[in-house]
Amino acid sequence: MTAQELNTIWFLLVGILFTGYAILDGFDFGVGILHLFVKKDEDRRILLNSIGPVWDGNEVWLVTGGGALFAAFPGAYATVFSGFYNAFMLLLAALIFRAVSIEFRSKRPSRVWRQGWDIAFAAGSFTAALLIGVAMGNITRGIPLDKQGDFVGTFLGLLNPYSLLLGVTVVALFAMHGAIFLVMKTEGELQATIKGWVPRLIGLFLILFLSFNVATFFECPNLVAVMVTRPYGFAVLALDIVAALSIGYLTARGREFPAFLISSLTMVLLMAVLGISYFPHLVMSMPDPGNSLTVSNCSSTAKTHGIMLIIAAIGVPIVLAYTASIYWIFRGKTKLGHVGY
Amino acid sequence: MSVEILSRIQFALTVSFHFLYPPMSIGLGCLLVLMEGLYLKTKNPLYHHLAHFWTKIFGLIFAIGVATGIVMEFEFGTNWAAYSRFVGDIFGSALAAEGIFAFFLESGFLALLLFGWDKVGPKLHFFATCMVALGAHFSALWIVVANSWMQTPAGYHLEKIGVNGAPGTPLPADYIVQAADMGHVRAVVENFWQMVFNPSSLERLSHVLLGAWMTGAFLVISISAWYLLKGVHLKFAKASMTIALCFAAVTTILQSVSADATARGVVVNQPIKLASMEGVYSTQDYTPMTAFGYVDTKNQTVHGLKIPALLSFLCFHDFKTAVPGLLTLPSDEFLAARHPGLSPDELAKIRPKYWPKVGAVFQTYHIMIIVGSALFGLSFLGFSLLWKGWLFRTDIPAIRGLLWIFVFSVVGPQICNQAGWFTAELGRQPWIVYNLLRTSEGLSRSVQAQQVVFSIIMFLLIYLLLFITFLYLLNEKIQHGPEDDEGHHVKAPGVSGDPFLQKGRASN
Ligand code: HDD
Ligand code: HEM
Ligand code: HEM
Repeated sequence: MTAQELNTIWFLLVGILFTGYAILDGFDFGVGILHLFVKKDEDRRILLNSIGPVWDGNEVWLVTGGGALFAAFPGAYATVFSGFYNAFMLLLAALIFRAVSIEFRSKRPSRVWRQGWDIAFAAGSFTAALLIGVAMGNITRGIPLDKQGDFVGTFLGLLNPYSLLLGVTVVALFAMHGAIFLVMKTEGELQATIKGWVPRLIGLFLILFLSFNVATFFECPNLVAVMVTRPYGFAVLALDIVAALSIGYLTARGREFPAFLISSLTMVLLMAVLGISYFPHLVMSMPDPGNSLTVSNCSSTAKTHGIMLIIAAIGVPIVLAYTASIYWIFRGKTKLGHVGY
Repeated sequence: MSVEILSRIQFALTVSFHFLYPPMSIGLGCLLVLMEGLYLKTKNPLYHHLAHFWTKIFGLIFAIGVATGIVMEFEFGTNWAAYSRFVGDIFGSALAAEGIFAFFLESGFLALLLFGWDKVGPKLHFFATCMVALGAHFSALWIVVANSWMQTPAGYHLEKIGVNGAPGTPLPADYIVQAADMGHVRAVVENFWQMVFNPSSLERLSHVLLGAWMTGAFLVISISAWYLLKGVHLKFAKASMTIALCFAAVTTILQSVSADATARGVVVNQPIKLASMEGVYSTQDYTPMTAFGYVDTKNQTVHGLKIPALLSFLCFHDFKTAVPGLLTLPSDEFLAARHPGLSPDELAKIRPKYWPKVGAVFQTYHIMIIVGSALFGLSFLGFSLLWKGWLFRTDIPAIRGLLWIFVFSVVGPQICNQAGWFTAELGRQPWIVYNLLRTSEGLSRSVQAQQVVFSIIMFLLIYLLLFITFLYLLNEKIQHGPEDDEGHHVKAPGVSGDPFLQKGRASN
């Protein structure tokens, strides 16, 4: 394989890893965002236990995605992580609180204790979703880079309205996705309550998503220019909106599992649109597009890409096989037992 | 303070805190495999209770290990961007392999280990436990390989990065990286397996894993000793103690072999580090070893209890051969190549710039050795008493005294682990990649000092909260104790055979 082909393959693979992360940890974050809206202690425990066995494995998609980005495109990893320093530190704090509150929360019967960790869980999930969205927004829009590819903007500059809009959109997306996951995992009264939220969350997401697309049209002429040359991108975008609309239809009819699959598909299509309009860029430089990082100017050697392909070819099928088995073992409605949170 | 110092403090803080937990997970993971294996073999429900109780402790430890580990993964990019660009071609694949081969395995089967007790049969559950332990070992493998490559780089060459995706041009093997090269020169893979099996990785991996096993063993020993002293959960405590002490005895013996091999590797691969560990300035035959003492860096000597010729013997298995001292390290040729055109006198003045902080490396190393030796002694004593059947005679004051020491012994391996890493990492300075890239050149250019101050304070506060909560919950779990024991809780049917009474070892 040529170096160019390998670059493209790794662009796709890194994209797939982050998409997998968004789908999987997305519903964990969604459950966290909705957590405080559920009031009864028992119901909150059901929420925690619905993601209990899987959230850690889901987070590994981020760890592996980060590792793959580091290995495949070290320049992009270095630029993004050092450039978004403050945002990533806050993201780390959010991920830490999310993780430990799940573990700590039900260890003591005390009301204050539980409420405290509940808030930490919800706040951690919300902040993580928001920050991921804001970071994506900045990548989409482009950030100021110098000749060596280092970030030269400010933290406040990252909090621009466009990126914040994507941040809020991602929060809504994850909340919707989490609610659909919960409909699948709960029963009775709790399920009825959450089912009631689904159409509203879908509506909220669609409104935000449409405004985001309009904003992109004005904010990111570069992307629009690329999209025009790749018109199938618009087809994917339209399909995405149809998919989101059909989720409401499916949940209303009690088709919970298909609804969840379609919700995941929404995310795949969303990432696909981004990928289509972004390739071959990894980080777009905004006032000065000449400094942008692309798959070819910040990649590892073809040799490393080849080694990593072998690693992936051995590892990924095994990982998928046992991950699927574990989801299968923990399928069905979440019940409170003597093991769990 | 400079961004460099701050970033180093932050890295040390976060990785040291992280590394309190993985050794416990790795060690306890092995013990869980032993306990569940014994249960499957003997069908004695006692072992099932053992596995069940220690799994709960494991879950708590694991959660904090995961929460703090994710910080480490990000930190290479956030604080060490130039380093990441320089080594990404090599280092990144180890990190990605860790994700695919290790973390997925651990986290996936962890679900079954913690929540699968009544979802899957005992055999499958045992399999899950084995996979979690295996995953933890794999993660140690890849991360220690990555770190060892930074200590003893191999299987790479330097290249001048091609412009806009053009292939790079290889640089000569003796090329010296200058500050101006940052962003234009990088290390790239030449031979993957030489990179993985670099000169120090096997020794260091076994040393780290054995350290982790000792950590797990002494954790179980400590809690069991506490139950024995309090006279509660006796059957449970005796069984745990027996398994953990046997494990500790085996691992400490292996550790003494591995520690020796590690040290002899350092003599060959990083002589400056070894000379700093022992405070050797001048090169002399029959080099003595200092049991404890301190380094007088001004006068370049060590004060303390010296054992003649021991260091020569330990390093070369021969009493005479001189251990190279700092005053000749790095070599004149090395210095001349880096600083062309300087006179020998000027070079001698520059030499100390290539030394780590000798006093600190000396002390951390000696702490590891002193505490490590005490642990060897303790596990030997404990195992002998167990063998003779005296260990559980809590009516004997001397035995109670020893059990109290065991209660506190849990910090021993932790001290060794931390001191060991500080020795290894401080001893590598001023290099971030040994003899290749200076720590000061690996920084992120776009990060300012106040940003790092902010994140250090944030981590300090969060980790303090985590640590206190961890100790609090651990204590609660210990006080609550295992279930189905001694009538404190529900008594399970069929807990009749106490394996120790049957063998007539423990009389109580
Ligand atoms: C895979 C790489 C890796 C691994 C496994 C470790 N380290 Fe490390 N360490 C680094 C990679 C590194 C680094 C990125 O290279 C640093 C940052 C700056 C430097 O010089 O090295 C570093 C610095 C660093 C420092 C500061 C050194 C100084 O400022 O002089 C300390 C005290 C430690 N580490 C301690 C540890 C501990 C306790 C570890 C146990 C887990 C550990 N390191 C594992
Ligand atoms: C400085 C380098 C290190 C990095 C970048 C790092 C990275 C990580 C990450 C990202 C996780 C979380 C994975 C998850 O979500 O499940 C983790 C957990 C873990 N790490 Fe580290 N780690 C470092 C040092 C070490 C070392 C030196 C060891 C072992 C010798 C180790 C062993 C483990 C283990 C066993 C876990 C699983 C969680 C646990 O057991 O507590 N790590 N690490
Ligand atoms: C008593 C005899 C011991 C000796 C002579 C010894 C020797 C060494 C040496 C020379 C290093 C530095 C390796 C390097 O820089 O690459 C080291 C590191 C280390 N030691 Fe020890 N050690 C001993 C005991 C222990 C014990 C008992 C533990 C843990 C329970 C331990 C844990 C570690 C760790 C975690 C490291 C850092 C990882 C590494 O560099 O391998 N050591 N040890």
